[in-house]
This record gives sequence, structure tokens and C-alpha cells, in this order.
Amino acid sequence: MRLAKLEERENFRNIWVMAEWSSGRIQPVTLELVGAARPLADARRSEVWTVVLGTGIADRQLNELIACGSDIVLVVDDPAFTNFVDETEARVLCALIEKHRPESVLCGATTRGRALIPRVAVQTNTGLTADCTQLAIDPENGNLLQTRPAFGGNLMATIYCANFRPQMATVRPRVMSARPPDASRRGRVIRGTLPTVSAAACKRVLEVFHSSEPGVNLADARFIVAGGRGVKGKEGFNLLRRFATMVGGAVGASRATVDAGWIPYAHQVGQTGQTVQSQVYLACGISGQIQHLVGMQSCDCIIAIDKNPDTSMMKLADITVVGDLFEVLPELIRQVSIT
Amino acid sequence: MRIVVCIKQVPATNDAVIDPETKRIVREGVQAILNPFDTYAIEEAVRLRARLGGGVEVLAISMGPPRAEAVLREAVALGADRGILLSHRAFGGSDTWATSYVLSQAIRTIGNVDLVICGKQAVDGDTAQVGPGIAAHLNWPQAALVSAVREVSTQHLVVVRMHEDGHDVCELSLPAVLTVVKGINVPRVPSLKGVLAARKSEIPVWTPEMIGADPAKIGLDGSPTRVVRTAPPPPRNKESLRFTGTAEVCAGGLLRELRKRSLL
Repeated sequence: MRLAKLEERENFRNIWVMAEWSSGRIQPVTLELVGAARPLADARRSEVWTVVLGTGIADRQLNELIACGSDIVLVVDDPAFTNFVDETEARVLCALIEKHRPESVLCGATTRGRALIPRVAVQTNTGLTADCTQLAIDPENGNLLQTRPAFGGNLMATIYCANFRPQMATVRPRVMSARPPDASRRGRVIRGTLPTVSAAACKRVLEVFHSSEPGVNLADARFIVAGGRGVKGKEGFNLLRRFATMVGGAVGASRATVDAGWIPYAHQVGQTGQTVQSQVYLACGISGQIQHLVGMQSCDCIIAIDKNPDTSMMKLADITVVGDLFEVLPELIRQVSIT
Repeated sequence: MRIVVCIKQVPATNDAVIDPETKRIVREGVQAILNPFDTYAIEEAVRLRARLGGGVEVLAISMGPPRAEAVLREAVALGADRGILLSHRAFGGSDTWATSYVLSQAIRTIGNVDLVICGKQAVDGDTAQVGPGIAAHLNWPQAALVSAVREVSTQHLVVVRMHEDGHDVCELSLPAVLTVVKGINVPRVPSLKGVLAARKSEIPVWTPEMIGADPAKIGLDGSPTRVVRTAPPPPRNKESLRFTGTAEVCAGGLLRELRKRSLL
């Protein structure tokens, strides 16, 4: 809501984390957000609250939220949250926000979070910053300084929301670090603060499919093995898949390979695909069009394998291998399998 | 029934120039294009019009400076029936909250709209917030990251939504808002007829008063968020490491390096 007077800021307290509930469990990004929220709350001498909307939530997971830094875990456990219905979750979250008045709300910049939180921000009449990579707080007034990449990572913008509360931000997975669990930490689980949750009548989830294809989840991957035109075809991607599976990674792709039908669109990295921020991005035969680079240039360590040492990707990369990927990748697979 | 497609004109490159005063992007003097995701939104609207049979009108709307008229003409060339430009000094500096408010007010003003389609996100801001924001302002249901429309009638839709690890299928009642991804269709190339229609098309310009917009909710002053600082991204480590030689030597060296950095 818009503050009529800045003193009204004092009516809003605590840093909230909206838990990412999917596939029947609380996802790791939640613990990363709790880790990010802890120092912000400490600076304000306030609490970290984690809100979990799910069903059949394991106590072990709720305790883990406390061990990793939450003071309060607010749980609404209801079958209405079995599948992702934006409208139901938004309505419940808005009601909780109006009741408890948090100062800030953090949510994962996941497919669910990026659909849900803009709806909540509009309905609670407040500001939202997408895909933050850095969060700081003004200890005096609680203003959240939210830094995010813009223009495909070519610019970092710092944004704040001084006259509205709560302040809302989404944060990409794997950007913040979870704190190691401390089993002696004390916290409280509050259940069922809402008497009834009525499912939205305007939407029904009919079916849910988890991809059987390995290596499709680019957002959560620590290690991405990505291919471009140099991969030469579908068979070439099988080689990338084999290595990705060995290192527990996902498979990315350039637009050209997706358009050629070598690999499904879900793997596309770049301007018209996904923006990724993995620890390792291994680019195999990707020349590095600007539209591709903007989707991956924030990865921690970029490795490029290419016969041509002068491509844009080879210039961007932290580690380069000048060579034929059809020789280097099988050799990587061989060497990893014997160690 | 009307289908509204919300589109945006974006800079053709990502070489951003920032106004030191407003901290917003300088759009003058930079070549501008239709946001790539919006071509899929336009195409899907045109296809749904055909699937629904007669009596469906496809409108493209865009908020932006006067020159954003170009993307509305492009939308007409691609099959939209007409375009409306929301352009006024008072709209300037709108963040995603204010932008989605302005677009929702335009949709209310157009009337008889049952479906709004947006691209997944604009490639300059990359927020993906405006589509769900419009749905929230209108209090309509939404489906983000739609990769297929399986069923459509004047009452409902069955759509496929992409998730990180798969997809789901959901049914929505209309009116509703969709955001669409690239995989949903293959946009057509403008036909000669379309290009001629685009050239002749009247693109009216709507102002805040014409859409009944509350002046306190638009532009820089109506926006909850504010850019306080912009800076170049932290530089990447310029010292790059290069392996050459046989595949065996390169692979060995790379694996050693990855293990040394605890990346494997």
C-alpha cells in the first residue's frame, strides 16, 4: 500500500520469504532466500518469516527452515495447493500480508514466483523488483536496495520502493547462499491462520507432467552443458547429455539448434529462451551471438570448447579449450568415468 | 469478442544508454524493434481468431512514445485488425505496476475483451511482471508461460504452461490473461495484403483521460519502484585460461582446473 506519511513505515515489520512449493516439497531456493533474508532482518532487529503454501508438508522441512534462519514459519497446509493455481495462492498471500504487514517480501524468481508475485504486488498495491541478484537494507528506515541486471546483464540497476510497503523482490535461484543448518536455532511454526482456503473457481489444473527427459531444468542446475551449431545435430546433443548426466548438470542450447529441431525449446538459453545463472556454463560449439550471451553471461565460470579460438564466446569465456568438441567431450567423459 | 495483444517497442540491441537524470533508459536515437516474444503473442491471437470462427477482433495495444506506432503497424501487418497507441508525457517513467495499470485501463476502455495475450517478457526489462500485473488489475485469471492452447471457446481455454521441470495443463474461464513463450507457434511473415493494411491503418493515440486513468497511478510519480542507481556489471575475470593440444591433454587440464575450483 502507498504510505500517506513516511512514519507509517513503522507499521510494517519483518522480512518474509515466500517458500517455493512444487513437486510435493519445499524447493532449495527457499533456503537460499532465508539465508539472504537473515542479515536484512538482523540489520532491522526484526524477524524472518517463511510462508509455506502447500499440502502434506513434512515437519522435517519446516524444521529445516528454522534451522537455516527462519524465526517464524507460517504454514497453510491445504489440498487447494496441490497444483499451482496463481489466483488461489495470490488471494491467500494477500490476506496474510494484510493481516501481518511485513516490511519486505522475497520470493524465488522461478516460473511460479514470477507469475504469482506480480499479481500479489498489484493486489496489495506495492512495488516489485524482478530477478534481484543483490539485496541490501537501510537499517534506519528499512528501505530495501534491490540490485538487478537489466539489458541482458549489460547494466546493473539498483531500485527501491520508499513510499510503499511491503517492498517485494524476486531473486533468482542459485544467486544467494543458504546458511548451514543449526539444529539449536529456536523458531515457531504457526499453522492454519486462515480458517478456510477456497480454491479459485476460474482455473483448474487438469494434468501435471514432470519431464522424463534428463537435464531439462536449467534454472536449478549448477552445471550447464550447452551446445550450438558446432554440435551438428541431434546425435551431437546426445554426447552433451551424457556428459551433463555424469556431472549432474542440465543441457542448454543456442537458438539456432532449437530452431533446427535438434533439441526442444525448453533448453534454449538466451534472449528468447531462458536466462541462466549456473556455477559452470560449458559452451560447446557456440559462437556467441549477443542474443545468446545475454542469457548466460552472469554464470560464475564460463568454459568454451571450439575449434575457432576467435569467436565471441571464446573471448567471453574464463576457460577455453581450442579443439574439436567431438574429440574433447568423449575424452572428458572417459576421464570422469575412470576417476 | 475481442482479443487484445499487449506489445512493446524495445531497443534492437542491449547496448543500454541511461539518462543520468531519470536513471531510465534513453530510447531516442536507438534503433527500435517489436519485442521478439510479442510476435508469438500476435500470431497466437490471429490463430485463435481463426479457430473461433467469425466475430472475433484482434487489437494490438502498446504504451510508449509516438514512434512506438511502428510496432502497432507491424502487428497489423502480421494480422491484427487494428492498433491503439497509449502515448502521453504523463505515462513516462511508469514501472511495471503503473504500466500494467495503464494497459488494464485501456482494456477496460476498449470493452468486450475476453482474452489478453502478452509475450512472456520484454527483452529490455526482462521482468515478466506486466502480464500478471494486468490480470491482477482486471481481477481476471492468468496463465503465464503458455506453450500451447489446446482448446478454445468463447467461455474457456485449455492451455499448457511451462515449468522448470515439465509442464501442466490447465483450464481457465474467460476473460483471462495469457503470457506466451516462443515454442507456442511459428509466426508468419507479413503478407502483402497485411503490409498494405498496415500502411493504411489508422492508429489512434489514447491519453490518460481517454482511458480514465487516475493521474496518481501513472508515470514516474505513480510508480512504487524507483531506479536509484545504475552501474556497469562487475567485470569478469579478464585472465582467461586456455587449453590447446590433444583432446586428452585438454580434457585432463580442464578437469583438473574444475576440481581445483571445486566446480566438479
